[in-house]
Amino acid sequence: MVFLEFEKPLEKLHEQLEKLIQINEEGELDMSDKIKELENKINKKSKEIFSNLSGWERVQLSRHPQRPYTEFYIEHITTKFVELHGDRYFNDDKAIIGGLGKIGTQSVVIVGQQKGTNTKMRQYRNFGMANPDGYRKALRLMKLAEKFKLPVITLIDTPGAYPGIEAEERGQAEAIARNLFEMANLRTPILAYVIGEGASGGALGIGIGDKVFMLENTWYSVISPENCSTILWRTWDYKETAAEALKLTPEHMLEFGLIEDIVKEPLGGAHKDPEKMAKTLKAHIVKQLKEINEIDTDTLLKNRIERYKNIGEFEEVTE
Amino acid sequence: MGWFKRLKKGVQTSSNLKKDTPDGLWFKCKGCGHTTTNKDISEHFYVCPKCGFHERIGPGEYFKIIFDGKYIRLFANLKSKDFLNFTDLKSYGDRLKAADKKKPGREAIEVAVGKVKQKPLVIAAMDFAYIGGSMGSVVGEKISRAVDYCIENRLPLLIISKSGGARMMESAFSLMQMAKTSIQLAQLSNAGLPFFSLMTNPTTGGVTASFAMLGDINFAEPKALIGFAGPRVIKETIKKDLPEGFQTSEFLLDHGFLDFITHRKDLKDTINDLIVLFNTKSDFKLTEDK
Repeated sequence: MVFLEFEKPLEKLHEQLEKLIQINEEGELDMSDKIKELENKINKKSKEIFSNLSGWERVQLSRHPQRPYTEFYIEHITTKFVELHGDRYFNDDKAIIGGLGKIGTQSVVIVGQQKGTNTKMRQYRNFGMANPDGYRKALRLMKLAEKFKLPVITLIDTPGAYPGIEAEERGQAEAIARNLFEMANLRTPILAYVIGEGASGGALGIGIGDKVFMLENTWYSVISPENCSTILWRTWDYKETAAEALKLTPEHMLEFGLIEDIVKEPLGGAHKDPEKMAKTLKAHIVKQLKEINEIDTDTLLKNRIERYKNIGEFEEVTE
Repeated sequence: MGWFKRLKKGVQTSSNLKKDTPDGLWFKCKGCGHTTTNKDISEHFYVCPKCGFHERIGPGEYFKIIFDGKYIRLFANLKSKDFLNFTDLKSYGDRLKAADKKKPGREAIEVAVGKVKQKPLVIAAMDFAYIGGSMGSVVGEKISRAVDYCIENRLPLLIISKSGGARMMESAFSLMQMAKTSIQLAQLSNAGLPFFSLMTNPTTGGVTASFAMLGDINFAEPKALIGFAGPRVIKETIKKDLPEGFQTSEFLLDHGFLDFITHRKDLKDTINDLIVLFNTKSDFKLTEDK
């Protein structure tokens, strides 16, 4: 198990617990009472730690190396899934995956950023940082969904769109802009879920939704706390402060009216019980699909425009 | 408070937007160091007569170059505010105060309606001198309202981009302006009205990745920096030097992301040609009650 900095108090308790279990299994002493007591203690301590996380701690949790990614959720949420590849122009981006799936009786198109689960795969997936080809693949799949009147579900988890020479050559900005424009007009429901990192335009590029949701230990911001710190404080060291200043937690986003709901995670984060997390997410999606399928397409699009048109905080000065 | 009074009257002339170019008699080109008089450079559209370097200019100068004299400033009553209490080395509130002091009554974008060779056009021009032309709620709202204004009056829209990207101090709200502006431009498109996107030095980040790249016509001034990620970020990521001319207007034209590059002296004629060719008909009258 990987323990993050703020989880250190739990690490010791877990070590003790493992020892007790070992002694118990050896069979010479009955440790079950002590085990129970320690488990309660761990539970209590966990609740204490996780009920009061800072912005930066959320960011760390969203990047936990054992956190479930898009592929895991697809496997656990759909009963049938066919992955579709390629943007039909140039490439098959490995950082964005997608395809046709069945959730219950409903066919859907699912698109999401994918990170790797080990060193080799992390490189293969380019750390979840898509090139323009990824955004164009996502759009192709969304257009497919529109044509066959299938709802779109996007799963957002990226540290940002890839900043590279080829990405610029092939129009990273154009690819993201095109997606925003096309998703505005897409005549089928779109549900967007931030399942990990929601960094900047790279996240938004698949993030326009009729409804937008965030898992409990995720973040959504115009810039990552590290990059924000580098630009505004001119050093990497203020990332914790930047994370607070950016107000990037799901609770903030809900308060601002920028998302519709927060999806609860198991105590300690999605990685503590990925199966349970997938079950919760599936239930949430099923409920949302049922509701959104009731809305006729014209109303859906009208509401989508209004949803985004109303975002903004400013003053209107009068004479 | 001077500009509020003027707003009441409605009609504004170019002199009402304070000049964004330096005062004084002499002008030194940032491209080649060539020295000429300020009068001379202003008569040459702020382009160096020797090397063709396009000096950075503000909305007021663009309005003067493109419109036939008279124009009406729109939505000038929208002001940014520090609603997140964002503080880095300085508070956002203080940054806004400093920007207001430098450019009273201004924002990172100015919108105006006027005529180009007797044909109406709405221009939204960004101002780099106001917090790096960064896009916050006000930029998003002004573009959104400009689009509604165009749809209501059947007018074409020109956006002149000049921005470092989204305004960090408005966090997720500034990110969402990318969505807001793009969704509004989709409505303009649905209404069959043309959108011309002129990119000037620099156009980067969330501005490029939203409205700037969504023109029916995408064009740029020569040698402007245009890109998604900034050159420094790319260099740090790939740990290699960037190729010569990377992310310039010419680079984008070569890679298929611009329709053409326009010298500033040809800007008005080019825009006139586009309006004529797109055949946009409007009975819009430039009057004071608009």
